[in-house]
Amino acid sequence: MALSTASNFAKPDDAFRAIVEAHRGLNDEQSADFDAALVLVLANHIGDIAVLNEAIALAKRRMLDASQQQQQQQQ
Amino acid sequence: MAQTKTQFGYRRHPDQDRAGANIAEHAVVVVGAGPVGLSLAIDLAQRGQSVVLLDDADRIGEGSRAICFSKRSLEFWDRLGIGQRMVDKGVVWSVGKIFHGEQLLYQFNLLPEQGHKRPAFINLQQFYAEAYLVDRVGELPAIDLRWRNKVTGLEPHNDHVALTIQTPDGPYRLNAQYVIACDGARSSLRQMVGAEFAGQMFEDQFLIADVKMTAAFPTERWFWFDPPFHAGRSALLHKQPDDIWRIDLQLNRFADPAVEKLPENVRPRIARMLGHDKFDFEWISLYKFQCRRMNRFVHGRVIFAGDAAHQVSPFGARGANSGLEDAENLAWKLDRVLRGTSPEVLLESYHTERSAAADENIRESTRSTDFMAPNSHQEARLRKAVLSLAKETEFGKRMVNAGRLSTPSIYETPLSTADGDNWHGGPRPGASMADAPVAGPGGEPMFLTDAFIGAGTRFTLLTFSNGAAPELPEGTGAVRIGGEGGLADSAGLAAARYDAEPGTAYLLRPDGYVAARFRHPTREGLDAALARAAGIN
Repeated sequence: MALSTASNFAKPDDAFRAIVEAHRGLNDEQSADFDAALVLVLANHIGDIAVLNEAIALAKRRMLDASQQQQQQQQ
Repeated sequence: MAQTKTQFGYRRHPDQDRAGANIAEHAVVVVGAGPVGLSLAIDLAQRGQSVVLLDDADRIGEGSRAICFSKRSLEFWDRLGIGQRMVDKGVVWSVGKIFHGEQLLYQFNLLPEQGHKRPAFINLQQFYAEAYLVDRVGELPAIDLRWRNKVTGLEPHNDHVALTIQTPDGPYRLNAQYVIACDGARSSLRQMVGAEFAGQMFEDQFLIADVKMTAAFPTERWFWFDPPFHAGRSALLHKQPDDIWRIDLQLNRFADPAVEKLPENVRPRIARMLGHDKFDFEWISLYKFQCRRMNRFVHGRVIFAGDAAHQVSPFGARGANSGLEDAENLAWKLDRVLRGTSPEVLLESYHTERSAAADENIRESTRSTDFMAPNSHQEARLRKAVLSLAKETEFGKRMVNAGRLSTPSIYETPLSTADGDNWHGGPRPGASMADAPVAGPGGEPMFLTDAFIGAGTRFTLLTFSNGAAPELPEGTGAVRIGGEGGLADSAGLAAARYDAEPGTAYLLRPDGYVAARFRHPTREGLDAALARAAGIN
């Protein structure tokens, strides 16, 4: 199975909102703890190492893009 | 503290009086009389080779060092005639428990099924294992064990290796067709061949203490993350024979080894752990560890095995056990090459198979170490998440890594013949044979691993018969289950563990690994698989 990047939620705003609200009232440290647990729970639910690796690669690419953009803005 | 358990005398050997063109020539010289060198020498001797075994000391080392010996190692030692002695003395265990703080997170059973001759593990001090191996060596005239013989020089040649050996009577020289270096993590032979030994060094320090006490703890492996008696770090408790308990405590990266090792500093920590101080120290050692291996295990006619070739962290019992797997892998191959029944290229498969196993062991033990001693805040955070999820989820429990204990590797090897039939289970080519209870011709209970030894510990065809036994290639042993004169699969477990149907056949290598398997073997198919497994292509 490949990583799905199509929109899978009928109401994507609900999903985004649920995650945002879970962080409400948490400081950065607590938020990071929460994210760590959530990532592990979701990774296990996916249960497919190839899909997980694809997801990690996608997230890493996004970070590279972000840092390149930052550098361009500084120039 | 522990005393030296056994002392051996240096004896002058006639080889020492030979010089120049007259120096002694030997087929195999094994350097290092630790568990790996001793076991290798015994295996070679039992296969009919003469072996010179050199050791620079004259005694068996102090301290218990390696303590966990795996099922696979015990099966190997059964073949060497000393498995039962090890098991009789050892502490049998298969259950591990993992605690977080005071709470039991989960427990695992490494051998949950019945019908195996050997348990998942025994705990036995390394000096006992070595002493029993030395006793066995003493029964085998083909092994010439020379204490206080230290190799100081090594010259490789095309058809032999010239060794210079230092003794209390001065140096002497001898030539060997093959030299097997089992001389440990600080191998001097590795330096002599100029091989690199690079890898990862871990900063965290661990304290090992073996203490003597009578205690009612069960014979299980207990591991704590963040225990109340050792806040923020990890601890391990494990039982050994003679009321000795192995305690392993993680220290911080900056702890001063000289200070930490002092019994007066170790004692209060352990007293907090045990809840009393009625114990005596047998051995205390402080260590950091490294995960690394040689690029090549075979350097011409000098071949490396055990810690000399690879080192891992101790969490997972992958050090001594993987060294013993090296020995069983190498012995039969070297025997065949020396006899000329296989070409020298067979030895290359030792490197292929065992270096891949070393990589696997390094990967597993590095992961365990990283879990125990996270390298960054985020790693620590992920670990914290796993430990907290483990309290209520099955997947969290399985992610907790307090050491993944040694199991034999499955070899991806040119010696295997790929499956041509359909299989739904059973050990695949490259996997080690599965044990199962069977009954002998007189109805006597025994195990498949016994039958393999009875068939000669050589290439062996294991067949599940429904009629006449297939004609065997010359020199091949036979173990037959079912049919006239065959072993009875009394519990049905042999057929189940080998996914067997009438006619199924497994070709086992002399080290008990599966070389090939067939639903309906033909003589042609068997001959081809045998040739492949023997390195004859």
